[in-house]
Amino acid sequence: MCLGVPGRVIEVKGWIATVDFFGVQRQVSLQVVDEPVAPGDYVLNHVGFAIRRIPEDEIGETLALYEQLIELAERDDLMAEDVRGELAATKSGGGAE
Amino acid sequence: MNDAARSPLSFRDPARARRLLDALAHLCAGRESDPLALMHVCGSHEQAIARFGLRDVLPKGLDLFMGPGCPVCVTDAPEIDEAVRLARAGIRVTTYGDMLRVPGSDVSLAELGGEGAPVEVVYSVAQAVELARTSDEEWVFFSTGFETTAVATAAVLLDDPPANFSVLSAHKYIPPAMEIVLEMPGSRVEGFLAAGHAATITGWGVFEPFVARHGRPVVVAGFEPLDILAGLVELARLARAGEARVVNAFPRCVTREGNRRAQDQLWRVFERVGGRWRGIARVPNGNLRLRPEWSAWDARRRHASVLSGRVARAALPARAPCRCGEIMAGLARPTDCALFGRECQPHQPVGACMVSSEGTCRIWHQYGGRPDLGDAE
Repeated sequence: MCLGVPGRVIEVKGWIATVDFFGVQRQVSLQVVDEPVAPGDYVLNHVGFAIRRIPEDEIGETLALYEQLIELAERDDLMAEDVRGELAATKSGGGAE
Repeated sequence: MNDAARSPLSFRDPARARRLLDALAHLCAGRESDPLALMHVCGSHEQAIARFGLRDVLPKGLDLFMGPGCPVCVTDAPEIDEAVRLARAGIRVTTYGDMLRVPGSDVSLAELGGEGAPVEVVYSVAQAVELARTSDEEWVFFSTGFETTAVATAAVLLDDPPANFSVLSAHKYIPPAMEIVLEMPGSRVEGFLAAGHAATITGWGVFEPFVARHGRPVVVAGFEPLDILAGLVELARLARAGEARVVNAFPRCVTREGNRRAQDQLWRVFERVGGRWRGIARVPNGNLRLRPEWSAWDARRRHASVLSGRVARAALPARAPCRCGEIMAGLARPTDCALFGRECQPHQPVGACMVSSEGTCRIWHQYGGRPDLGDAE
């Protein structure tokens, strides 16, 4: 429950953002994040809520761990399992699943 | 050992990993007979340390412990009993998946669900609210987790929750638990590694009063193996030099102030009260409870008639005692426990530390002792 998951914002409607997580679109709440969020931004998400907007120059470094974990998604691995749980905490978005 | 354990992720920068390990070895030199004791307080840190095999390559002069960093593990049995009583009374209970199998005094929520009681797993408190909106029945969200997760609970309560929804809060606040660990007899902890994403919310400034009171350094670190190694090098340096201060080794995520908007929501809804942490001790200010103005959504007040009165506790069966408490206090390792890997296994856990994916025993059991620095060379 400590590990947030980063994703790229596709669309913002009120307090709900549609976010792309490694090719899967999901919806997260923007109630908690403390900066304005716009399409193209990256946000760090935790249990269905964006908790931080990730500055642009930090995106590459932030994504590295997760890209590897997502590749392990089918394996029996505790960290990958937690990342899957984090994604399941978001709502299915309107776009491609 | 499973497939994932045999194919660890490779370090992104093996040369840098080697340099950090060399620096750590240099800092811990001469402490082989009295190892420098450092503690982290985050299940995700332990997962990363275990899955990347870091523990096997740490210097002999360093003891790295996982402290009370698993919120499920420190949820006390009477708190689980409250959720059990609500479900037994026919109230629909939702909670995070890890909570299901943790034993209460009598039964776990999973055992109760097996008997047909209305218990459901959700991944987010937002899903718990949505479920409550689907019926007129009473719904209780049994909410666990540290600050980062409590913020989500606060946000849904501030967003016009339905009248048939309430929260049974078992949320915990980590800074006071660090103080308790230091004050325990036999504690050797000389510095703390704090979890990066939780500090995203609280800011690293939250640790300054702790450092001032206890004279121990705190370093905030991220979750990549290199982030963790860099954090340990800084923490070992501070501890050896006797420099008690907070260092932010995860600046790409954490600021001194943290997320003020989230903190505002957190403290509008919750207040800190003292309470027992399972296996550890009573922790002053360690529990987060709903403020009185939220009593309409506080399951303890809303369903007071169901929760009032004492319940007879089932006598615990005689067996070698579970050592979760000592393990979470950094006084013992999972391998010191006679139950570990024998009576106590992930499919048949004795203690909460073997249940949760963030529990020390579960993580050690999953990844085993796996020397794999080959990937870093």
